[in-house]
Amino acid sequence: MTVLLREVGFDPCEEFSTYQNEVLGQRGKYGAAISFVGTMRDFNEGHKVQAMTLEHYPGMTEKQLGQICAEAERQWEILDALIVHRVGMVKPNEPIVLVAVWSAHRAAAFDACRFLIEALKTRAPFWKKEQLHETTRWVEHNTPVN
Amino acid sequence: MIKVLFFASFRERVGRAQGMIETSENLTVAEVWARAAAGTPLPQNTLVAVNLEYASLDQVVRNGDEVAFFPPVTGG
Repeated sequence: MTVLLREVGFDPCEEFSTYQNEVLGQRGKYGAAISFVGTMRDFNEGHKVQAMTLEHYPGMTEKQLGQICAEAERQWEILDALIVHRVGMVKPNEPIVLVAVWSAHRAAAFDACRFLIEALKTRAPFWKKEQLHETTRWVEHNTPVN
Repeated sequence: MIKVLFFASFRERVGRAQGMIETSENLTVAEVWARAAAGTPLPQNTLVAVNLEYASLDQVVRNGDEVAFFPPVTGG
């Protein structure tokens, strides 16, 4: 289980393949890999958004994400998980988060990946501040799942 | 000493990122806010962490604890 915070842009495909090829160490063991990538939109709540600053609570972020990963590991038969999350200034079309899960069979990876991203969104202490045309605003809540 | 942190919109509302409270008595989280937030009323949507774990407003904190106040989280 690995949690990485990135202060500069990252390529989720590269993170995924590097982790799978060089870190995972489960060659021949995993039959399923599921990944979720969250990307910044250029609109939110009816306004065009030019950029966004992601603030977090260093120490608590890593601790909460570590606990979320441990919960997923207890609940599903997964082999490994990777979470990469941006902090700092993000521009539209840049990735914000990658969640990837490996397991022997697909059901565990699908379910654990969904759990991880939803738990991250409700528990990990990140906050988004949007830069609009002439003003800034804090994002007050995440979009509900349904 | 109790270390107090404010994040995101709460930092802007209170006007500071952190503060220290000198106390010999145990305080609830709500009492920590009252002492550290410079007269700012406690927002309704407040989330609290004590020593990096989510906590409630009536949790008691002690010397050496770190208390953080912040709005709903919006990562991912």
